Amino acid sequence: MSQITLTVNGTAQALELEPDMPLLYALRNHLNLNGAKYGCGLGQCGACTVIVDDQPVFACLTPCAGLEGKKIRTVESLGSAEKPGPLQAAFIDKQAAQCGYCIAGMLMRAQTLLERDPHPDEQTIREHMAGNLCRCGTHLRIIEAIKQVAGHNGSRT
Amino acid sequence: MSAANGLNPSRRAFLRGGALLMAFTLMPVARRALADTEVDTLGTVVLAPDLPGSLRTNPYLDAWIRIGADGITVYTGKVELGTGVKTALLQIAAERLQVPASVINLLTADTALTPNEGYTAGSHSIFDSGTALYNAAAQVREMLVDAAARSWQVDAAQLSTRDGIIEGPNGQRMAYADAVKHVDVHQYAKAQSPAMAAADFKLIGLNLPRLDIPAKVSGGAAFVQDMRLPGMLHARVIRPPRPGCTLQAFDAASIEALNGVVKVIRDGNYLAVVARDEWQAIKAMRSGIESAKWSGGEAIPEAAGIHDLLKQLPSKRYPISNNGNAGGATETRFKARVTKQYLMHGSIGPSCAVAWFNDGVLTVWTHTQGVYPLRAGIAEMLRLPPERVRCIHTEGSGCYGHNGADDAAADAALIAMRLPGTPVRVQWMREQENLWEPYSSAMVTEVDAGLSQGRLQDWNYELWTTPHNERIVNAGRLLPARLLAKPFTSAPSVPIAQPEGDGDRNAVPLYELGATRINMNFVTTMPFRTSAMRSLGAHINIFAIEAGIDELAIKAGLDPLALRLAHLRDPRARAVIERVRDEIGWPHKSSEPGAGIGFAFARYKNIMGYCALAVKLRVHPQTGEIRVDHVVTAVDVGQIVSPDGLRNQVEGGIVQSTSWTLYEKVAYDAGGIRSYDWSGYPILRFTQLPKKVDVHLLDQPGEPFLGAAEIVQGPMAAALGNAVSNATGRRWLNLPLTRSSQPA
Amino acid sequence: MRGAQRCLWRNALLRGPVILRCKGLLYALALALTSASAPFPGCYKERFHDPHCTRPATVRRVFLPTMNSHLLKSRTLWISVGVLAVIGLIVAVALMWRPAIAPIKRPTSFNTAQLQRGARVVEAGDCAVCHTRPGGEYLAGGLPLVTPFGTLYSTNITPDAQTGIGEWSLPAFERAMREGIARDGHFLYPAFPYVHYRRMSSEDIADAYAYLMSGPAVHAPARQNQMNFPMNIRPLVSFWNLLFLHGEPLTPLAEHSAAWNRGRYLVDGPGHCAGCHSPLNLIGAEKSSQYLQGGSVDGWEAPALVGLGQRANPWSREQLVGYLRADVVDGHGTPAGPMRPVSLSLARLPASEAETIADYLLSLQNPHAVSETTAKKQPVIPADHTTGALLFSSVCAGCHAPAAPMREIDGRPGLQSTSALQAASSRNFLKTVLEGVPAIPGAPGPVMPPFAASLDNAQLGALAAYLREQARPEQPWADLSSTIEALRQETK
Repeated sequence: MSQITLTVNGTAQALELEPDMPLLYALRNHLNLNGAKYGCGLGQCGACTVIVDDQPVFACLTPCAGLEGKKIRTVESLGSAEKPGPLQAAFIDKQAAQCGYCIAGMLMRAQTLLERDPHPDEQTIREHMAGNLCRCGTHLRIIEAIKQVAGHNGSRT
Repeated sequence: MSAANGLNPSRRAFLRGGALLMAFTLMPVARRALADTEVDTLGTVVLAPDLPGSLRTNPYLDAWIRIGADGITVYTGKVELGTGVKTALLQIAAERLQVPASVINLLTADTALTPNEGYTAGSHSIFDSGTALYNAAAQVREMLVDAAARSWQVDAAQLSTRDGIIEGPNGQRMAYADAVKHVDVHQYAKAQSPAMAAADFKLIGLNLPRLDIPAKVSGGAAFVQDMRLPGMLHARVIRPPRPGCTLQAFDAASIEALNGVVKVIRDGNYLAVVARDEWQAIKAMRSGIESAKWSGGEAIPEAAGIHDLLKQLPSKRYPISNNGNAGGATETRFKARVTKQYLMHGSIGPSCAVAWFNDGVLTVWTHTQGVYPLRAGIAEMLRLPPERVRCIHTEGSGCYGHNGADDAAADAALIAMRLPGTPVRVQWMREQENLWEPYSSAMVTEVDAGLSQGRLQDWNYELWTTPHNERIVNAGRLLPARLLAKPFTSAPSVPIAQPEGDGDRNAVPLYELGATRINMNFVTTMPFRTSAMRSLGAHINIFAIEAGIDELAIKAGLDPLALRLAHLRDPRARAVIERVRDEIGWPHKSSEPGAGIGFAFARYKNIMGYCALAVKLRVHPQTGEIRVDHVVTAVDVGQIVSPDGLRNQVEGGIVQSTSWTLYEKVAYDAGGIRSYDWSGYPILRFTQLPKKVDVHLLDQPGEPFLGAAEIVQGPMAAALGNAVSNATGRRWLNLPLTRSSQPA
Repeated sequence: MRGAQRCLWRNALLRGPVILRCKGLLYALALALTSASAPFPGCYKERFHDPHCTRPATVRRVFLPTMNSHLLKSRTLWISVGVLAVIGLIVAVALMWRPAIAPIKRPTSFNTAQLQRGARVVEAGDCAVCHTRPGGEYLAGGLPLVTPFGTLYSTNITPDAQTGIGEWSLPAFERAMREGIARDGHFLYPAFPYVHYRRMSSEDIADAYAYLMSGPAVHAPARQNQMNFPMNIRPLVSFWNLLFLHGEPLTPLAEHSAAWNRGRYLVDGPGHCAGCHSPLNLIGAEKSSQYLQGGSVDGWEAPALVGLGQRANPWSREQLVGYLRADVVDGHGTPAGPMRPVSLSLARLPASEAETIADYLLSLQNPHAVSETTAKKQPVIPADHTTGALLFSSVCAGCHAPAAPMREIDGRPGLQSTSALQAASSRNFLKTVLEGVPAIPGAPGPVMPPFAASLDNAQLGALAAYLREQARPEQPWADLSSTIEALRQETK
């Protein structure tokens, strides 16, 4: 076991973890954060997407070791069910979820795009989000929700 | 909705089956496999055949509604799979109880609490549970109003309700919670419910934001994967390389010595590891995989010959439709073979379950589609009385049918029994879900149809399939139970009868035909375990039928859309077709190279929702890449409960069916299944989405609920096939629609 | 290959233009001097007009003695110099100018068999790899080729009249392929490997032309190149061509089999392998004396292709063919980086094409038995086992450990036997980890996520050292931290 301090959603947390633990399990099992999900553990689906120092990463393949001092953000940092942030509110507004399992990862990936480019066009959105998979087919609504925050009028083209 | 006794012929089919079930259960004979329907199974008994929806199997009103000081609880035997059905059912109940949606606590399937509604499958949820609640809620409200009327000694007709308060003509007020004290809700529902005009609906037909979405976008505990129970341990299973392997050697001791490992389970070919921390469990699993030595294993066929193999394997031939007689020769004929490959449910979150054996009761939290059959299977597997097993549905990721959920629940149950008093969480790995979930059967169909003078004449259709319904009718249907030292044997496979259908779902065209000869060859020796996946055989059957209609029309020089209209009298079928025709500007397509337009229509199972759909796409003349530009669809599902919920399902189904039809197939050869993760089973990504999707909802206020979840799969596949053919002049009949899938 | 040309130009433009201009004028001047003083030796004339016959070293040896003997005389000298300078200038300008070829109307009818052949030629030539940008239309250009001296964008080679090659006749296309001249006469940068395409047969060029002209026309104007001065002066390329543009269409060598000849054709012609796999000289041209002895592209090492069968970890024909077609092969792994799109193209061609390439390459002996064992003797720095092993467990084991399905089920080799971990340079391994192997939408195949944001430099180094020790314990990579630093800078 080793001691490590992870700064998650603005709070430094001192944890005692297996030294090779990937971030995903630290978040879920040691910090009780539900957002990042296990979808494949192989860096292929994006359900575990979180933000480390403003970059989207797969938490399933990012070791906790080496994250000291870095800013880790999960979907919980965007707002709560009672007080959703703008991106979350857009997802709720557009009812952009079916089973919802991929959605936290989608939100974090979208967040990194909007932080870099507040008004991306639809093609940019599609290309940026391509790294995340959705099996239910909610993609169209996810795009609409992101476009809403990006300031589009919400038309379908 | 009109009075609940106006049962349509499709329901009579259920009832006939239901009556049979009732007769059989009264007789002291050994359990025999009967032709299952999709949702009912051994265990759901029809007690009141005249009642609407699931009231016929669960006729007591208090099975559905409970009103107390703590509020109103509504129970459903259906589950939330991500379709929004929980919210829709809540809308229905709230509407008919005439209370705000926010005061209702809706509980989904739990063997200790809710009615047994079999499986949440087959687009039956609103059809069965919605109908039951529509009636039960209204009848309970009526009973409460009557009780208040008696108490105030006024005529019930003078009373009204608002926000859960009954109001009398002279300012009297009584809360539901008080009125209920004078009522015995434990009685059978009646066949007739109070009427309500669709125009008066305040909730049904409106968009209620889904109850589950806010938690899902903010990291709330929304899934079984998010459960944390005190002292909970984490388990991983170790599966053989392929079915049929025998474990020869396994070094349990070295795994037990690993950090955090609490238990290593070996029972025949069944292996599992349990640890305090999830990551420790994963490492222990990896160590176990390395140390396990297996021998044997069932042969895996070569993919290239699978369709010929399906035709050669022993099968039982079921006649599906045999009407009319073919008159002599026809002017135009279409004869072709149509195939599809094995598909994967591919749930984005691999299956997971939590189980806890405490005080003699085993509780399992699971995302199964059917808690009652699962309970029976687990009880049999563990040799526990069923009442000592409780299965509570807790959401998982979308399952789209029978995926690994039940097996993971069985894993959790098995492991929890070895650790009494301790909650155990089992999470399947990605590769375990990909390799062990029951696939959707590869199928081959042969169409031979004729057209003369613009009229469809004979329609001959032969199809080969492995089962689409290997659900939990006995312990042997649970994969872990087959791996134990004393293994259980899977019950014989039986197809779901028409009109629901199995591999033959939607094999009978809805069009007016001169004669039909339609047969299903049901292959029970499965090269791969298969079971139900969203729309079952309808995906390929509708693809084949609609390709045939198009080809006959084109060969005869007729407009394909007009030909369909000429063979459909049902005004609702015509309405969706005409709507799509007008909205997409049929038959005009762009002049860009490789542009194509295609159309398709189907009524799900010929008894459920109507869907017409047109696609405009481009096939790149050089790369062959297919880009879907515009999809227009019109759907009619009867009275719409949640328009946005319906739209969401239709859009999602369009995207999912595009993925199935253009890209998907399980890859395998004699060396193994190669689709063990997403790299070997790629699904549609954002960059491959249709550019524009327009969904038109044709509401039918007051008409029965028809179900929405599976109406699009077949028509979307068919429209894609027709559009590709229109674009390239070549008819591709082998799914997925890639050049390499077609014969050279 | 986009990557090849990046490196080529980086070298060339570092020093190129000044030398080229000087050289050009020098030759012109020298020629003029000798012409003023002596009859033309026939060879010089040919050399001037025939780009196949350039021998700079020889010229210098011949001219200089002549120049020495007549210098330092009176006015005649200066008049001669003046005249010669003017003549030189005229000649230089003539060198730098090419005529336009008249535009045509795009052909509308095609022969199906020719299109099928042309599709294969285009696949073998990797046209789409450079001429399609990610997310862009097929062959519509726009892919940036970043060099330290500016950025080039690949052009639109769809048959669009205004923005593509829709107005190009076959002779115009052939001139571009063989001479590097566009239809309107401007010089193309040798980022476009016409030095290799000129070795192709006229039939292949004609078939490729037909295929390109048969596709959908995409309106996509070429993006403005952003080349730094003086690299933005295209006519100077003429001098580079003068020096390095030679080579006839390849003809079979009778002493070798048909398969060998086909392989050689594919390698030296459309495949332009030497563009990456040969080292380049100071001005970015392939060193023919070190043919296929290794190069670099886009920050990746393009390994030597000679002596493949004689290595410590030798290539069998079967392995090489599989690797060339993007399979994962025992003992070597699968191509990553810029080679991956090339191998995916080869996978779309009949296997016989890759087999002939393998046959040809495997016949090439390594003249020096170089690269493998010449890695400098490094002091053995013990790998940090614990950190590296922990990182492997944390990050890599899900796919690469013995228990992983791609090992268990697919039988893919362990990392220690991959060519990246066996190589003398750590670059390819590090770049694979940083960049991953991208998924092809809709198609199955090996993929790997990028770890650039998930691992810091120290972790990369520890992981690399740990895995290298499993692969080549006697030859640890000594310069890991500086290589990692450099890689991070390159991708900024």
